[in-house]
Amino acid sequence: MILKQTVVASAMALALGANAVWAEGISDGKVRIGVMADMGGTYADVCGKGCVTAVEMAVKDFGGKVLDKPIEVISADDQNKPDVGSAIVSEWVAKEKIDAVGGVVASSVGLAISKVLTEAKKPLLIAAAGSTAFTTKACSPFTAHWTYDVAALANGTVNPLVAAGKKKWFFITADYEFGKALETVATDVIKKHGAEVVGGVKVPLSTTDFSSYILQAQSSGADAIAFANAGKDFINSLKAAHEFGLDKQATMVGLVVFASEVQAIDPAVIANMRLTTAFYGDMDDKTKEWAKRYKEVFGKTPGMSQAGAYSATMHYLNAVKAAGTDEGTAVMAKMKEIKPDDFFARNAVLRSDGRMVHDMYQVRVKKADERKNEDDIFEIEKTLSGDQVFLPMVETCDFAKK
Amino acid sequence: MDSFLGINPVALFGQLLVGLINGSFYALLSLGLAIIFGLLRIINFAQGALYMVGAFFAWLGLQHLGINYWLALIVVPVSVGFIGILIERILIRPISNEDHLYGLLLTYGVALVLQGIFTHLFGSSGLPYSIPETLQGGANLGFMYLPTYRAWIIVISLLVCGSTWWVIEKTKLGAYLRAGTENSRILQGFGVNVPLMITLTFGFGVALAGFAGVLAAPIYSVSPDMGANILIVVFAIVVIGGMGSIGGAILTGLLMGIIEGLTKYFYPEASTTVIFLVMVLVLLFKPAGLFGKEL
Repeated sequence: MILKQTVVASAMALALGANAVWAEGISDGKVRIGVMADMGGTYADVCGKGCVTAVEMAVKDFGGKVLDKPIEVISADDQNKPDVGSAIVSEWVAKEKIDAVGGVVASSVGLAISKVLTEAKKPLLIAAAGSTAFTTKACSPFTAHWTYDVAALANGTVNPLVAAGKKKWFFITADYEFGKALETVATDVIKKHGAEVVGGVKVPLSTTDFSSYILQAQSSGADAIAFANAGKDFINSLKAAHEFGLDKQATMVGLVVFASEVQAIDPAVIANMRLTTAFYGDMDDKTKEWAKRYKEVFGKTPGMSQAGAYSATMHYLNAVKAAGTDEGTAVMAKMKEIKPDDFFARNAVLRSDGRMVHDMYQVRVKKADERKNEDDIFEIEKTLSGDQVFLPMVETCDFAKK
Repeated sequence: MDSFLGINPVALFGQLLVGLINGSFYALLSLGLAIIFGLLRIINFAQGALYMVGAFFAWLGLQHLGINYWLALIVVPVSVGFIGILIERILIRPISNEDHLYGLLLTYGVALVLQGIFTHLFGSSGLPYSIPETLQGGANLGFMYLPTYRAWIIVISLLVCGSTWWVIEKTKLGAYLRAGTENSRILQGFGVNVPLMITLTFGFGVALAGFAGVLAAPIYSVSPDMGANILIVVFAIVVIGGMGSIGGAILTGLLMGIIEGLTKYFYPEASTTVIFLVMVLVLLFKPAGLFGKEL
């Protein structure tokens, strides 16, 4: 233990020392931001080319230069594979002299990249990955987990439902790390508020037909069905639940739902579902202005990942400017010191563990006749303050104390 | 509720019926593959992608051309079949004398290209398609609630499978087709246009995938990779049934639907694996498949 502390302490001292020597100015005359995303796979709509566009928009809005040096954006497709992602980032660090990495959608990729970047002391600005591991067991002083995490979504969505009297829960869980973690987080919330979990099924990833599981949920007598899955699995399971009339007998609860998925489901199937989101383009003038500009460039409506990617990049560039350098340790310190504040990050702070805590929104999915256009999908019911929904800091990840 | 060994018979009935529904859907999908392999010896890996194209065409028709679900059931298979004919004529024909592996790789490439194009055009999250009004709702059977649309799937799938089987096994046209498989040169000597027959058969097999795509659109996510997931299962079914056996593909489809349904009830974690387990066992003990002829 003492040895470990010594090692950590000397590493920090070394880092600080290095900081003092190199802290001046921009390395190699450029600030390079790499955007890692899923360009053509399952998560392409969650954070793919749209995330690249969002980062580029931020750079352009910032003026294209920081401390009189040009800012460059490069991007790559990680194909949702951790080995691919970490290999590309290693190359970026070695050859491209990258200064920060943004985007990142699959948590497994994010965790692999995080290792590389922690070693290289470069900031990682996570826009779309949702695992809580980034600020718990795999936390790093160089990670800024920007948009959301699954705990915040589960908290924001489950809490009000339990309070409203949903006492018996049934889980339809995707049978892999993500689904199980989501179920654990949500179960904690359910139990903490005195409700119970009456059953659940673990469904293999990419199952097409969910009717068997819907029948099982039906016979469980649950009054709330939690979907601990995402993307196509979520869409398929919800469609089946509607078809078999499960939604007449119990409340459907999507734990991680992106706006792009809501738009992929018939309004009759998903109307009135309550969700938690970190951003909604149609919320107020500030979000509308940004969402409109984004849509002009990219052609599609932005979701929370794209908004988060923009906001994180903006904050990063502000921190580079304030720190007077693009050196990772100094920039991270500035990012945590200055409070993020833009259309996305409200009442926000980047905690010392790397969790960006900010306002989240509890929304209701609009019915078909309430929607004025294809992007008009949510009604915001409540603003949830960050402290309410994000998990408190884990002591071992409090890098300010170390 | 009475239960036996912790099994609730009422719930079990429900699972069996759901299995049968999925089975009839599998039967429909594997039928197309079985025809294409059985009669043409082409391993068509693009079948899943063409199923996806069918679902997207249904959406496009409804959204932009005013083609409703019922019309789509006719128009979409025809247009997907036409795409199939183009693929056969332009891509498969030139390599028809090569090893089967070339055809497999080629069609796999076609599948990836189609998937890429649709992801590029429509994004990865998918598109909404609702159940046609006349097929909404359902009936309470006592042991479960049966949505009308699922009942429709059983009826229409079995109807299409049955008539296809009848045409191939019992009519003169079918006899030509089968003869063409046995010895195309002799058949050609009798004045039958074998290349045209091959093209049309391929088109029909592919049209079945398009048809299944339309059937799937209201209940499953209409997304670019919807075909990739199901294709592997369907291939396993064709292998279990016996590559090329038309009746075998249909019966195995139904059987696997039921086995999968029961697995979903007793041990859900294994539900996607069970079909492959059966495949391994069948290949070990009856390599030609349950209904296949020993080579």
